[in-house]
Amino acid sequence: MQSHPMPEFGSFCLLLGLILSIYTLAAGALALWGSSANGLRLTGRPQALWNRLGETARRAGIATFICVALAAFALVWAAFTNDFSVEYIREHSNIALNPWYKFAALWSGQEGSLLLWALLLTGYGLVLRVRHRVDVRLTAFASTILAGIQVFFLLLLCVGAPPFSIAPGAVPADGNGLNVLLRYPEMVMHPPLLYLGYVGFSVPFAFALGALMMRYPGEKWIHITRRWTMVTWLFLTCGIFMGAHWAYSVLGWGGYWGWDPVENASLMPWLTGTAFLHSVMMQEKRGMMKNWNVWLIFSTFLLTILGTLLTRSGAVQSVHAFAQSDIGIWFYTFITIAFAVCLFTFFLQRDHLKSDNKLESLVSRESSFLFNNLILLVACFTVLWGTLFPVLSEYVQGDKTTLGAPFYNRVNLPIGLFLLFLTGIGPLLAWRSTSMRSLRRNFILPTVATLAAAIGLMISGIRPWSAGDDMESTFFSLVAFSLAAGVTTGIVEEFLRGARVVKAQTGKNLFASAVLLTRRNTRRYGGYIIHFGVVVIFIGIAGGAFNRSVQSEMSYGDQMNIGPYRLVCQSITQDSTPEYDTDYALLDVYRGNKFIKQLAPERRIYFPGTDHEQPATMVALHETARSDLYVVFDGRDPNTGKPEIRAQLHPLIAWIWIGVVIVVFGTAIALVPNLQRTAVRPEREEGVGATRPATPAVENDGVLVKARHA
Amino acid sequence: MRKAFQFPVANSGSASPGMVFRAKRGAIFWAKSVQSVLLVAIAVTMLGAVHSQYERVGGQLMCACGCGQMLLECNHLGCPDSPGMIRELHAQVASGASDKAILAWFATKYGATVLAAPIRGGFDDVAWIMPFGIFVAAIAGTFVIVWIWKRRQPASTGYPPAEIATNISPHEAALRDRIRRETEY
Repeated sequence: MQSHPMPEFGSFCLLLGLILSIYTLAAGALALWGSSANGLRLTGRPQALWNRLGETARRAGIATFICVALAAFALVWAAFTNDFSVEYIREHSNIALNPWYKFAALWSGQEGSLLLWALLLTGYGLVLRVRHRVDVRLTAFASTILAGIQVFFLLLLCVGAPPFSIAPGAVPADGNGLNVLLRYPEMVMHPPLLYLGYVGFSVPFAFALGALMMRYPGEKWIHITRRWTMVTWLFLTCGIFMGAHWAYSVLGWGGYWGWDPVENASLMPWLTGTAFLHSVMMQEKRGMMKNWNVWLIFSTFLLTILGTLLTRSGAVQSVHAFAQSDIGIWFYTFITIAFAVCLFTFFLQRDHLKSDNKLESLVSRESSFLFNNLILLVACFTVLWGTLFPVLSEYVQGDKTTLGAPFYNRVNLPIGLFLLFLTGIGPLLAWRSTSMRSLRRNFILPTVATLAAAIGLMISGIRPWSAGDDMESTFFSLVAFSLAAGVTTGIVEEFLRGARVVKAQTGKNLFASAVLLTRRNTRRYGGYIIHFGVVVIFIGIAGGAFNRSVQSEMSYGDQMNIGPYRLVCQSITQDSTPEYDTDYALLDVYRGNKFIKQLAPERRIYFPGTDHEQPATMVALHETARSDLYVVFDGRDPNTGKPEIRAQLHPLIAWIWIGVVIVVFGTAIALVPNLQRTAVRPEREEGVGATRPATPAVENDGVLVKARHA
Repeated sequence: MRKAFQFPVANSGSASPGMVFRAKRGAIFWAKSVQSVLLVAIAVTMLGAVHSQYERVGGQLMCACGCGQMLLECNHLGCPDSPGMIRELHAQVASGASDKAILAWFATKYGATVLAAPIRGGFDDVAWIMPFGIFVAAIAGTFVIVWIWKRRQPASTGYPPAEIATNISPHEAALRDRIRRETEY
């Protein structure tokens, strides 16, 4: 019998990881029960004994990470050593594959991506368990809950979808290779980022459930998990947009979001996670919305699992079909258990979630957060509804109804614009209640900016009433641009207002004061930068209303005009490489008479002549801040044999990616601890400083120290 | 006490020529505004299509191959369905059939999954109604909840309720203070 040392080692590591996870769950739960008042009374054992048991559970949890990391290493090793005896490697790698993509083979299929999920989950668990001194008992609860999730994924990997299955029969000389659509640098980054986001929500979920189980006093658990949640949210945001950019650059259909069930699955937890990040501020600040917050984070976690269930069980049709299989029953079972645990804990402890305060006014920061949350949840419901409706309609009517982009765009655009509107007004409202005077003072400039932008845009030609069939999209664009102007004005106004106060205190110039202001309250002003990033993203999305497309057959010397560009065909070439046959055109791009660059749209057919022949489009792009020129080699006309070239002009699309960078920057700022003033200097406190004239800026810097928050 | 606004009377002996002019100008302004709004509404309602019927209808159809892409955006090499469907779409448009008739023809031939958005009526309408229903219910519900909470609010004591709550530990109060400082400048 042939031996397979590395696959066997990987399988052993997974099995050991599963055993350790079960131990972490069982011993952790027992230790928590034993060390509680009831446990101590009933067992009569000393507290130290239970603590020791809890410590073994924590260490077992840490060891689980090592086991899963070794298993992942074994799979990557198998990919690099071309071990095609492993079925997974045979399906997702081949000898000629670039080493980066061999590494990416780890998450390019069902079993590997589940292994990546388990690896990240145990990785997060490792950080949580190592940092247990933040709050030993709460961390012990969270660690035990996380161990429960680990047990599910490791059980799945050991039984339902083992990544180290040995293929029956003779070992082939070469593998099938990676899906050609995934051979793109962004694809090396996109799935891990998305998974970091997905899996990361398990940590705030575990803390929330743990805090509820142990009736954790106060809101400190939110403070502990704030950074976890923000980092997770950031990963998910980056993962989603990196996927969107990949779809735009690789798939060749000219869009970046197709409302595919897999895309929807990643958007849903992002929406509820965003709602959670906003509503926890109400709990932190005013002790409100405790029930709501707990259910938001429960829902976010459950949606990450539901998304996985939907896209892997085959329940809904998806273009991401490479990850479908019959493991749905595992996820149905897990999601049912998880939901039951959440529901049971909630009903058992719901008296602990009584709010300290209630909303006092409709015109307040709290109510804007509430509206923001509701709208985000409505958006989430819409996406879920659209994803599940085909299944529902098949059940009710006997045939499936498709809900494609036209449905989602029509339903979600008004919701998105309302969110943008709330993004603008929320920060301008005061906590508890906003006076009319304050409303007038804060809203006059943004309102003027919104109206001025709307009028200016209509004068410059964005007129829905003359857009014919594009009336709806032009109208939404007009509203989006106008709101963007208003929201940006509101954000700038907020910065300026604060900066002026700092300027008066420190004597620094306005820009330095704005920087200092941001450093003093990174969370608030980082949040404003994130809002600005969202505004920029909306501008990029709104530009889509003015997309243009031209398609024609081209041969040497033919020209094509689109927007300000003129494309002149220089050559059409066919070529072959060991991996693919290719057809590409060389097109000179002119703006007026000025040569801009040469584009080479390409059409490849990988593994020609084999039974797994796969086509791929290599889009040629000329990107500017104003618009993208997007050129695709659409194939050859079967009758004339001439190549068909499709050129599209996408105005403002680059702003979507720029907006994401701003969001990342804002989130990074919000994660940085605040600079805080030390106690005011004695001479100042005594009033000596007050008699001084302007204090030099350098001197003022001396009163700032870096303070780390819990 | 604020004075109620009164329109100046043109033939009143007390009205100055300036007031009369301003009143007339105001009336003209409002008349023109209403006229403009009506014109915009009529233009929005009446203006014809700029897109061709081919693009319009093609934008409401999915490729039948299961790729999940819109028919006119499907760019699969060797796609078994989209080239034929596009030819059929051209033929249908050339026959002079209405948008609705073309969509119905495709739905009959390829099944309802070929329609990018549900338009058949009946249970399909639920797809459209639910999101907007939830949206309206959420907004209305929030207003109602806030209104109820506001009515139940005890008379103001001049102190924030959180600060008069007795079940908050000193540590927690300190933490809240710090959070308050963090979230306000």
